[in-house]
Order: sequence, then C-alpha cells, then structure tokens
Amino acid sequence: MNKKQRQMLIRIIISAFLMIALSFSSLSGLSRLICYFAVYLLIGYDILLKAGRGIIHGQVMDECFLMAIATVGAMALAIWQKSGDYTEAIAVMLFYQIGELFQSYAVGKSRRNITKLMDIRPDYANVEKNGKLERVDPDDVPVGAVIIVQPGEKIPIDGIVVKGESSLNTSALTGESLPRDVSAGDEVISGSISMTGVLSIRTTKEFGESTVSKILELVENASSRKSKSEDFISKFARIYTPAVCIASLLLAFIPPVVTMIAGGEASFGKWLYRALTFLVISCPCALVISIPLSFFAAIGGAGNAGILIKGSNYLETLSKTSVVVFDKTGTLTAGVFEVRGIHHSSLENEKILEYAALAESASSHPIAKSIQRAYGKEIDRRRVANIREKSGGGVIATVDGCEVACGNERLMRELGLEPIPCHSVGTIIHVSIDGKYSGHILISDVMKDSSADAIKALRKAGVSKIAMLTGDSEKVARNVASALGIDSVYSNLLPDDKVRKLEEMMDEKDRNSSLAFVGDGINDAPVLGRADIGIAMGAMGSDAAIEASDVVLMDDDPMKISKAIRIAKKCMAIVYENIVFAIGVKLICLVLGALGIANMWLAIFADVGVMVIAVLNAIRALFAKKL
Amino acid sequence: MRKTYSIEVDCAACANKMELAAKKTEGVKDCTVNFMMQRMIVDFDDDADKKSVMESVLRSCKKVESDCEIYI
Repeated sequence: MNKKQRQMLIRIIISAFLMIALSFSSLSGLSRLICYFAVYLLIGYDILLKAGRGIIHGQVMDECFLMAIATVGAMALAIWQKSGDYTEAIAVMLFYQIGELFQSYAVGKSRRNITKLMDIRPDYANVEKNGKLERVDPDDVPVGAVIIVQPGEKIPIDGIVVKGESSLNTSALTGESLPRDVSAGDEVISGSISMTGVLSIRTTKEFGESTVSKILELVENASSRKSKSEDFISKFARIYTPAVCIASLLLAFIPPVVTMIAGGEASFGKWLYRALTFLVISCPCALVISIPLSFFAAIGGAGNAGILIKGSNYLETLSKTSVVVFDKTGTLTAGVFEVRGIHHSSLENEKILEYAALAESASSHPIAKSIQRAYGKEIDRRRVANIREKSGGGVIATVDGCEVACGNERLMRELGLEPIPCHSVGTIIHVSIDGKYSGHILISDVMKDSSADAIKALRKAGVSKIAMLTGDSEKVARNVASALGIDSVYSNLLPDDKVRKLEEMMDEKDRNSSLAFVGDGINDAPVLGRADIGIAMGAMGSDAAIEASDVVLMDDDPMKISKAIRIAKKCMAIVYENIVFAIGVKLICLVLGALGIANMWLAIFADVGVMVIAVLNAIRALFAKKL
Repeated sequence: MRKTYSIEVDCAACANKMELAAKKTEGVKDCTVNFMMQRMIVDFDDDADKKSVMESVLRSCKKVESDCEIYI
C-alpha cells in the first residue's frame, strides 16, 4: 500500500468506527446533525472537493459529482423529513471509498505482480577494468565490449561467449525449464540467467537493441493496443452515466407529478429518494476497470509462459481462431536434416556412414553436415585424399586408399552402377566403394516430437481446419501431413504462392472466425503479416519475425500455439462474464431501486460488490501455466 | 511523431476521460492511455511543438480529472 492508500484506510476505519459509535448515542436535534455531518465530511471531503472542481470545469457527469449529489440529497431528505437518519449518507460514502481503495490496491498489486512476472530487465553489467570487476549501466556498454557474467546473474546484453562454460536458465524468456549448456563460441541472449560458471561475453548488440529490451518494449506496448471490447466499454461508460442521471431526474419528477395530476398524493420525498438511489449505481467503474485488467493479466500470464501477445486486440482475434495454417520447415519439423536410415548396405552400417562422412568432410552443405553429425566421431582428414566435387551429383574421394563415391542416382549411373531406389521419403545419398554399389543413406528433416500432440491439442482447442504450406516436394509434404493428421497440404510453393494460397483460404473461411498462420519468420514474413494472426515461432533473436508477427512464441515448441489460443479464450470468457455480470447486476439494481425495493444500502453494496468480484475474476486471466 | 509519457491516474474511467481530453487537444493526432502500465502514448501532428502541446494536454486532462499527473 502506498501512502495515499494508507491514509485512506485510516480515514475509512475512523469513520466506520465513529458511525457505529454514533448509532448507539442518544443525541438528537441539531447536535445530532452536527455530529453526523462531521463524520460525513471526514469520509467524503475529497469527493465533495472534487465534485466542486468538476462543476467549475463543466464536468457535471463526473462520478464524484453524482456521489456528492446522492449523499447530500440523502442528508437533506433526512433533515426535511425529520427522520434523523443520517447514517445512510455516511454509509454510501464509506462504501464508495472502500470500493475505490480496494480497486486501487488490487489494480496496483496485480500490475506489480504481472510486471514482476516479466521482470527480466538486468540492472547492471560487469566490465573488467584494471583487473577488477566494475558494475556499469548496461546502456553504457558499447558493441564489442567484453562483459563478465557470474553464476546467478542475468546476462544483460546479447553476445557471444569468448571464455567459460555455464548452464543457462532461459525460463524467464522461453518458459522452457530445461537449462541450456553454453561454452566459448556460442551465442547467448540477454535475459537468461547463468547458473554454474563464469562467462566472458563479447557483446554483439547495444542494450537497447538486445532481446531483453525488445521483449520489454513489446510487453509494455501490448496493453496499449485496445480490443473491440475495451472500446465498447469506454463508449458504454460514456453513455451509461449520463443516461442514469437523466433517468433519475425523470424518476424524481414524473411519477409524483403524474400522481398529483391524477389526484393522488405527490409524495416527492419518496421519489426523490428513489432517484438518489439511482445515482449511487451510476458509476461504471466495475466494468471500466475489469476489462483492461483482464487483458493485461492474460498478456502477463502468456508472457510468463513464453508467449508474447502484441496487443489486447490480438487476444480477441486469437480466441476466434478456426483455421491454423502451418509453414512446414522450422515449425512442424525441426528444419534440421538428420540421417534416418541406411539401407541395402553391403558392409556394416557404421562403416558406410564412416566412409561417407570422410568423403563429404570438405563440404559444408546441410546434407553433408548431417552425415558428419550422424557419424559423430572426429574426422581424420589425413585418411581422405583427392576430393572431387561432382556438381549436381555428389562427391568422389579416396578414403583409406579406396575410391568412395557419394551422391544421387545420376552420379551412380555416371559411374556405371545401378542404384537401388528407396521406398522412404527424403533425400537419398547413394554410396559406392571401389566401383561397387554399397547401399544408400536416407536423410530427412525430422518432425518435432511434440508436433503430432500439438495438432491434436489444436483440434481440442476448437480449431476446425489445419493446413500446411510448404516449398518442399509433394511426396515429403504428404508424408508429414498424414503422419500429423493435417487436413490439407499445398506443396511446391514459392513465397508468393504462399501469400496467394493464404488469401484463398481467408476468403473461404467463416467471416466471424479468424485464420492464424504459424511460421518461423524466415522468408515467410509477408504471409505472417497477411494472416489475421501471424504467429512467429522460435523467434528469439530474429527481429524481422518479431516485427512481422502478432504473437511471438519464444521457443519453437508447437504446443504453445494451442496454449496461446486457450489463454485467449479464457481471457475473452472472463471479459464477457464481467460485462454481462456487471451490466446485469446494475440493471437489476436500477429496476429494484425504481420500484422502491432496493434502498441506498443495497445499491452501494451491489455497486462495490460487483466491482470486487469483477476485479477478482479479471485476475484469474493471469493463471496460464496449467492451461 | 510518437512519444510515450509516464502518467499517474487512479481509476480506469478517469484514464478514459484523459484519453478523450488529450485526443481533442490541438496538435494531437491520436492518443492512447494505458491505464495498466500508467502510460500515455501521444501521436503528434507533424508540425506540432511537442512541449507546448503536452502542456495543453496536461491542462485539459487536469480539467476532466483533477487528480491526474503527466510527467512531461
């Protein structure tokens, strides 16, 4: 609680105590009025002052003004009717103040909690000067400087490790709890925490351009992009208060005048009281506070799970997702080629792999790299000689004195050999040793472990159609799609074709639902921008992807997509609950007030109660971990 | 030209009022008040003098919500 809130709390406690004490006293007449009026001023002076200032500035429809009118009116009515019941005016002020206090406390607290969840801002960087570590502001560290990160400290700036080894905890960034081991030469991103060793890091970016700064900027700006529901509420609030005021004016005069004309007793006092009850319910605060709070909490909760949502409006669109379109490479598959099998080999499989790895040792092609990785052992270059690249075919080299050829079918045929075709899908590397066909190696992009589950989870989250766009060949695409249970596949697409296909699908889908495109941000930025919702995956460190997308998944786990949709759905459910609940209760109170069933006590209880419940409900949007 | 300012405002309805008041101020193209982050993001007209525009924004905000503060 801050100072202002503490003072308010003390005022509330003292006034409540005095109010109760007065109700037991036997004061009467003027002294009774003076005592009650003193307590009324104690609890409500700031409201009265604000109301006065509002009138000077021409703000008559202000909540403070309405509260002031309602309570002063109740006081005046009590004096006029000589009932001596001044408690009501004080109670209304008291509960109004309690409500305001709760609101400012709850909002302040949840704001702090949510920003703490995203607290990845490093406070300092360690720089070595004359053999001593010195703490400096990360803003002052130039690109190319060497910073030292000790165990337990946050890496303040993006860079490359030059010395030392450590495990990094990246959970604040990606939501991934598994630590990542780094050593000299590895790239590290700011915001991760070094856990075990001391690292020397050469910075590659300025602090302002580093991952941490980018993410913070994104999260802070996220809640500034308002959703349709937020717009609706602020428009509603603008109309609601004046409407209730006019209604209360009508209520104060029309019924008594009508009854008077009809010959009955006017009973102005009764109708005036009902009109004042109206004013008590006129504050739209419950709604106005709970809607942005829900969005803010959902964005904070998602951020904590490694999902950056760039605005409240995207939460709204995301919750309506019915079609999800995937780019294949890098999203459903790892985008890394791996040896999947060795077939028809005349020697031991390891031997074939060893010869192939040695023959390909000079190449940096992804296929060659994957063979070298599968071999897994140190490559002794002395065993290889006379390497000849056959462009568009493969490579021929002398390994351990044997002539080894690795390449496609064409290369084999050039050598006068008949390759055995493979029934599996992928890239096939045929190997011959000393002019004899010795088998082939199957290499393909690997599917991510969680891809199949992610597709199932998407269907469970209410997505009706899942499609895949890829530049890859049809056979490979069909294979992946059928393994994962994807509805439609479009293969052999150039980047332009992808945009066109996506536009076709956007025309086909239901107008009220939205289409999400999931890509890795590499050469699919135009598609990300064109979809209703662009989801970039594993985008840490890729500025273009962060820029082009609406939702950024900080790691490359496709399970996060359904999680994002569920977070959005939960948030929207809370928003609608609050809208219906708050407007509903207020309307009921208005009707009951007009009929004279509800008095001011009930009105203020309902008003404050609705707000408390709506705020608590809004905070529920924060809990996203288990979704 | 966009600039973000820190603000202080107690209630969400008041934040909406500030937003509306700022939008109506001369020299302001658009304005968003982010109640949760306590920020005001002002998009100025191209030829506006930011300092004087912000002073009148503050004045008009004070008129609708006397408790608010903008840290210019």
